[in-house]
Amino acid sequence: MKWARIIAISFLVLVAMACVLADFIAPASYGHQFRNVSDGAPSRQHLLGTDDLGRDRFSRLLYGSRISLLLAPAAALLSSLLAAIIGGTAGFVSGRIERGVMAMTDLFLSLPWLFLLITVRALLPLNVSPLTSAVITFALLGSLGWAAAARVICADARTLRASDFVLLARASGNGGARLLWRHILPNLKPVLYAQFWVSIPVFILAEANLGMLGLGVTEPLPSWGGLLRELESFSAFSAQPWQFAPLALFIVVVACFHIALPRKEFSA
Amino acid sequence: MRRRILRSVLLSFLVFRAAFAFAQSSRELRFCLRSEPKTFNPLLVADDASETIRYLTGGVLVRLNRLTQQLEPELATTWKVSDNGKTITFKLRENVRFSDGTAFSAEDVAYTVQQLMDPALHSPTGDSFRSGEGRVVTQVVGRNEIVVTFPAPVVGLDKLFDQVAIMSAKSPEKEMAVLGPYRVAENKAGAYLLLKRNPNYWKHDAAGRPLPSIESVRLDIQQNRDIEMLRLVRGEIDLINSLDAEYYDKLVAQAPGMAHDAGVSLDSEQMWFNQVANSPLPDYKKAWFSSTNFRRAISESINREDLVRVVFRGHARPAVSWISPANKFWFNSRLQPHPFDPKAALQALTQDGFKMQNGVLHDRGGHAVEFSVITNAGNKYRERMATMIQQDLAGIGIRLNVVTLDFPSLIERITRSFDYEACLLGLVNDDLDPNSQMNVWLSSAENHQWNPNQKTPATTWEAEIDKLMKAQASTLDVNKRKQAVDKVQEIVWQQEPFIYLVNKNAMSAVSTGLHNAHPVALRPQVYWNIDQLTLATEVAKSR
Repeated sequence: MKWARIIAISFLVLVAMACVLADFIAPASYGHQFRNVSDGAPSRQHLLGTDDLGRDRFSRLLYGSRISLLLAPAAALLSSLLAAIIGGTAGFVSGRIERGVMAMTDLFLSLPWLFLLITVRALLPLNVSPLTSAVITFALLGSLGWAAAARVICADARTLRASDFVLLARASGNGGARLLWRHILPNLKPVLYAQFWVSIPVFILAEANLGMLGLGVTEPLPSWGGLLRELESFSAFSAQPWQFAPLALFIVVVACFHIALPRKEFSA
Repeated sequence: MRRRILRSVLLSFLVFRAAFAFAQSSRELRFCLRSEPKTFNPLLVADDASETIRYLTGGVLVRLNRLTQQLEPELATTWKVSDNGKTITFKLRENVRFSDGTAFSAEDVAYTVQQLMDPALHSPTGDSFRSGEGRVVTQVVGRNEIVVTFPAPVVGLDKLFDQVAIMSAKSPEKEMAVLGPYRVAENKAGAYLLLKRNPNYWKHDAAGRPLPSIESVRLDIQQNRDIEMLRLVRGEIDLINSLDAEYYDKLVAQAPGMAHDAGVSLDSEQMWFNQVANSPLPDYKKAWFSSTNFRRAISESINREDLVRVVFRGHARPAVSWISPANKFWFNSRLQPHPFDPKAALQALTQDGFKMQNGVLHDRGGHAVEFSVITNAGNKYRERMATMIQQDLAGIGIRLNVVTLDFPSLIERITRSFDYEACLLGLVNDDLDPNSQMNVWLSSAENHQWNPNQKTPATTWEAEIDKLMKAQASTLDVNKRKQAVDKVQEIVWQQEPFIYLVNKNAMSAVSTGLHNAHPVALRPQVYWNIDQLTLATEVAKSR
């Protein structure tokens, strides 16, 4: 198991380095169209071939990984923080406030997000750079994805509040804020970690789906979501297994995250 | 012993079943519809699936031959349009019966025309006939002759009857009693439709055998194109009426004998700039978009050949004008596609005061030239075209932001709020007559996309287009009409309110077992001559 962790961590470091050094490693710009070799097979110039517009798949994978591995965890962090604040506070305070906050959370969960996102897109300006569109997309995902996690955290905080060690701390004269900061939040960490890691692949896939609504990362900037969308046109008739490279990398990276993290992080 | 008997009974049953199924399927043409038909009423057809049913079951007075693009007699043996273009007289075929046995007469034509023009029915087919206020008068002259008079001249009147399937005035089966080659025998909602040969269909082949040769047509509802292709290659279906470039190439690799490219179609892909005077765009952008030099420069910076080669894999043609070269008569063959010439484009922009600074184009007021183009999300061909145009325009220092929107949002922007800068969309065209595009070219029209609903034409060239389009609509002299339409094409080529990008090819797939199929560019590409099609087994039988 130790070896598995070392391999997983090494792989993640390698991927992170490749993303950071994409400007030096990538054989071409992510947006440049080599129109004479569109849909090309892997070659020495294009290690993973070219996409349907002749763009180098390997370069797009590197830059796409950079965008997704930076912005998806940022969105996951935002949603986990919101979940911790809203769910943790509600569970700790309990009573009417908890019921009120949870009712609001349920309402939030029941909203028709698809239509709401379409409305949000209609309100956004059209002339935004691809990078801004990427930031807007993941910020939206982060600020909307907290509700389910908040419910879990609220339940956990409620349990912790009634636990013996919190009673003992309270009996020892610890007040509300200190109790929350020193005793409750540290014990919520495993749940928060789990929510954080679970959110990352969910947000990456959500970004791919949002592309269908015109809300995703715009062309020519690549993202894992956008690269996965290319598999839409994959069919039993085309024999281009290298098209699966982004999907394979996505699966391996998520698996490596899970292997690399200490087991206790997922004990919740 | 008992087990052996059971096994042989089972085996014989399976052999019999397989043989029966083969015999059945060999007399049955199979293909897929992408959705269920919304209606069986031929006058209310507005979707592709219903259109297919109408074509296969409906009997029409005249039929446009999709290959020669000429009108041919069907239920009408002769017809004559009056000099003023308001009246058409049909002489009808004798001894024709509906599928339920009801006799066909001029009364049925009168009934159909009255239904068609009934404002309460809101028939999309009827809209093409509405040229002026007033009632349509049908005069039954005898059992086999009818005169139809419209309140105002209708351009291309006889051709419009290609879309009008005649309904029975007396049959208790109403619209299910048909005069076409097939009748609807079974409709399994969401699964399939079975059409059986119309026993009373009037056509016979040269040897006097009743047509159509194929006994039944099974239409499976199938949305997934991958599955449709797999079924074709496995021999479970006989044709795919419309293929896109990607699937066409895949089929060529798998089964080259099945793939057919009938050449350029009537459909076009184009982009345009928002020129609405009261749109919420800044004034300097309005000035760019209303400049002919700017539009011409953008057009000349787009490499159409690359769009054809990369996006459509060679199965398209650089577009020239609003009439496709597939429209043999009306296309202005003197016009050529705008060449890809970024140098000429920059020169044209310089005339308008644009300057290149550090690789970025700036206008006279110092604004960097940047605009967005919207297109509908999910259409990968348009998304790819927009991305290629993005790179082409970067070559002359223009930053283009590609925005994909869901269709309702897009329509809201281009028809109501006018909050957009440029739009890339396509036009699916079924009608050969340019008069069908009056609602696009008149400056007062709703579909005059770049600047709709104008009270008076905003530019002199739009006023000229208005004049020419009205002139062609008010004469029945085909040569005069052709001159006017040619001139409109020239003005549009010069002014480029629509920057025409490509005309897609009409591609289809036909199994090797289906004979007499001659796929064409006009819809329905493969089964337009349905009563002439034969399956392999019938060919063998007739020999």
